[in-house]
Amino acid sequence: MKGRIHSFDTFGTVDGPGIRFVLFMQGCALQCLYCHNPDTWETNAGRAMDVEEILAEIEPYLEYYRRSGGGITVTGGEPTLQAPFVARLFAECKRRWGLHTALDSNGFCEPSHAQQLLEVTDLVLLDLKQMNAQKHLALTSQPNDRMIRFAYYLDVLNIPVWIRHVLVPGWTDDAADLLALGEFIGSLTNVSKFELLPYHRMGVYKWQQLGKAYPLEQCPVPTDREVSRARMLIEQGIGNDSHNVNAGGTAYGGNVN
Amino acid sequence: MAIEQTELKASGWRGFARGKWMNHIDVNDFIGKNMTVYAGDHSFLEGPTGATTELWFLVRELLDQERANGGVLDIDVDTVSTITSHAPGYIDQGKEKIVGLQTDAPLKRSVQPFGGIRMVQDACEAYGYQLPQELADLFTSIRKTHNQGVFDAYTNEMRTARKAAIITGLPDAYGRGRIIGDYRRAPLYGVNRLIEEKQIDLLQLEVDSITEDVIRLREELAEQIRSLGELKQMASAYGYDISGPATNAAEAVQWLYFAYLGAIKEQNGAAMSLGRVSTFLDIYIERDLQEGTLTEQEAQELIDHLVMKLRLVKFLRTPDYNELFSGDPTWVTESIGGMGLDGRARVTKNSFRFLHTLYNLGPAPEPNLTVLWSTQLPEGFKAFCAKVSAETSSIQYENDDLMRPYHGDDYGIACCVSAMRIGKQMQFFGARANLAKALLYAINGGVDEKLGIQVGPAIAPITADVLNYEEVMGKFDIVTEWLARLYVNTLNVIHYMHDKYCYERLEMALHDRDIIRTMATGIAGLSVVADSLSAIKYAKVRPVRNEKGIAVDFVIEGEYPQYGNNDERVDAIAVEVTEAFMNKISKHPTYRGSVPTMSVLTITSNVVYGKKTGTTPDGRKAGEPFAPGANPMHGRDRKGALASLASVAKIPYESCQDGISNTFSIVPKALGREEEARISNLVALLDGYMAGGGHHLNVNVFDRAQLMDAMEHPEKYPQLTIRVSGYAVNFIKLTREQQLDVINRTFHGTI
Repeated sequence: MKGRIHSFDTFGTVDGPGIRFVLFMQGCALQCLYCHNPDTWETNAGRAMDVEEILAEIEPYLEYYRRSGGGITVTGGEPTLQAPFVARLFAECKRRWGLHTALDSNGFCEPSHAQQLLEVTDLVLLDLKQMNAQKHLALTSQPNDRMIRFAYYLDVLNIPVWIRHVLVPGWTDDAADLLALGEFIGSLTNVSKFELLPYHRMGVYKWQQLGKAYPLEQCPVPTDREVSRARMLIEQGIGNDSHNVNAGGTAYGGNVN
Repeated sequence: MAIEQTELKASGWRGFARGKWMNHIDVNDFIGKNMTVYAGDHSFLEGPTGATTELWFLVRELLDQERANGGVLDIDVDTVSTITSHAPGYIDQGKEKIVGLQTDAPLKRSVQPFGGIRMVQDACEAYGYQLPQELADLFTSIRKTHNQGVFDAYTNEMRTARKAAIITGLPDAYGRGRIIGDYRRAPLYGVNRLIEEKQIDLLQLEVDSITEDVIRLREELAEQIRSLGELKQMASAYGYDISGPATNAAEAVQWLYFAYLGAIKEQNGAAMSLGRVSTFLDIYIERDLQEGTLTEQEAQELIDHLVMKLRLVKFLRTPDYNELFSGDPTWVTESIGGMGLDGRARVTKNSFRFLHTLYNLGPAPEPNLTVLWSTQLPEGFKAFCAKVSAETSSIQYENDDLMRPYHGDDYGIACCVSAMRIGKQMQFFGARANLAKALLYAINGGVDEKLGIQVGPAIAPITADVLNYEEVMGKFDIVTEWLARLYVNTLNVIHYMHDKYCYERLEMALHDRDIIRTMATGIAGLSVVADSLSAIKYAKVRPVRNEKGIAVDFVIEGEYPQYGNNDERVDAIAVEVTEAFMNKISKHPTYRGSVPTMSVLTITSNVVYGKKTGTTPDGRKAGEPFAPGANPMHGRDRKGALASLASVAKIPYESCQDGISNTFSIVPKALGREEEARISNLVALLDGYMAGGGHHLNVNVFDRAQLMDAMEHPEKYPQLTIRVSGYAVNFIKLTREQQLDVINRTFHGTI
């Protein structure tokens, strides 16, 4: 079985714990306006590689991943579009090396489709883009009901999840939306970390290289103050519905950043 | 017995565990028997005292004035620097716990003409001073210099090679450096005992056959003894009698610094490294702490004041030297940590105190703090190193697990990556040969692509339309054979003359009589050569020739594997090139029976070498910088940092025992989102690299945006320190070209 690969990085440190091998899959069903990897959208592009080839790229660096409590993270693009391939890759990483596996997903995936994959996934980095359905559609080209279903499914399976949210001024920073996001997170029992990621413009050049107009040309990067405000609102939302978080025994405090 | 004990108590040796160090000069035995390993964290450290802060404020002002003055604050043009030449100098005498300056005022530079008078004259003029005519005459027609000796003996071929920059950076106009005196001997034994030992050495040399070697050594020993006498005289001018052992920590630091100061007053060597003193000094500090005569704050103050002095070390250099090695470097390298052969870490509280100076005095390139990394180091120390790296970018790391089997547990790093046993080994510094240019000579029949003249061997140039790997390799072999021979011969001339006209009396007085000498050659342009050969092998490379038939450009058709991606196809070429050149170097007789070694190190000279080298078959355009040291070329490592590190770790230390330099630059966020994660990830990175056989790693943690800002507003970043190949510099002291080179260099994980 071959997967369509965009690229990989042997030294990833921001997508899961420790030092990680980060595999970028080719292809995504969403078209987020702020995407910093638009070059991963096209489903038929990239390089076809089989599981063995990828394992050979990981093997030389196992020492680093083990020593740092790291592992492998598959991202993209959207990795669940190639769920059977990723499932086989994760299964081999576990069987051969006992490596920690993380799936970085936007959750646009039918739970039934990801069943096998989730059996070999230790951590899901779930990127919730916008709780308001209308705004989600405008921002990503797809509605958000499937993401919400996916999040609940992960909760049922009790797979640890890091929720991530990109703060885009004018697009995802409305107080009501942030509160709703917090409340949603608070309603889940499997969230071990929340990461608020300030929107940045370092992907703009890729849009230019692809000859695409950058839709957020006028969009500013959030200020530190705006980031703190958003964080407070989300935490407030989590607090409104925190019985589940406590019941799940998951740590928030210091991890919320 | 009772009397002996009493004497011992009164002396500097009271309370120390006995050992053979008492009867022989053996500092390592003393350290092994007396050190206290520290396996805790950094929480015991103390901030700066009021005196430290006030002194550092004065020094900062002086450094600002120096910069405003064009790089040199003042020159004493009238006095030739010797150990005793200058009256005592102070920053603010009442506040200084450790005293001693190179001249009678801080940052006033001295003239040191024994290496070469031209360099002194040019440097004086460049900074608006005039060397007195009688001094110039003295060192031109009466007292010969090293520089004159070398040029008397250079062959025409050597002069041409030097001009074409196929061999560059040669120490033929100033002090060669890269010799580390065992400055610890002064406090442990006192200078009188050292003199006595040297007198015994001299007596031992009353042998039957007084050969040239014996004559030279006898003269050298006599000079060494003389220099030790002068050292006592210098110390006494500051009010200290250093004939006997130091009796407490303050004296130990002071005695040790005097010994170092004597060395730098006598020699303006390219690198004047300190050695491995922190754990040695810790023994004195621990004893004082036990005896209740010193507090932790006072201990830190001693180290802060010592380090402040080391930051003031300056030599008079010409601006073009600065173009090659920027930021006014002196390479006062101090090696910290490492493991003992007995399995105990050589990490003490004083290892932490030295690193802590980067907080108490702020970041700085000097002293060049070098951590000898072992995967077995205590975790608390590893974490502190990583924290300091992430916050100051002022540390370099070298693989103790790799070097210890070669050099034991009492070696130090001279300059950037050159390991040597302290007091038992020195090197003949040999700069580097430009292998990228050698490859062009192979293609162009030995004709220099810039000068258009025959420099290398006159072999038939390659005339094929597409370069053939076997043909190029065959010719490259011939050219490097020629280059290795010429290179070693050139170094033989240089070091013969340096011993003759510019002998390091005091540094060598702090060595054993019989020592190991290495002939330390080096190479530049390794990644350019590896990628070029890979392109020729795996893609199609067509030379574009000018009217003289010299290849001035190359058209590459197709992809080729590039060094820095852990791709065996090209990494094997890099290894082969390295081993082959070392083998060629080893074929030739060396001056004074020195053992040939090689380094892959450029410091900042990769920029200048690149400037002097034409377009290469890897696609690098004429004049563009090489990658520094053993680094992959900018932007060609596409699989992330670990793949890049893995490629470099393949370069075999066996063939490069003078060191393999790798510079790693990363933005803080790419090390992890939280401070804790950044520290543990950096520790894992270092552990993994060293466990994988890597030799050296400079770690820079900073934002590209910050560097861009520093280029435009240097006044905002007086202490911004970055690591370049093997060394740290003040970013704002780099030339604009070098600043751009640093910024363009691969930044891992620009998020």
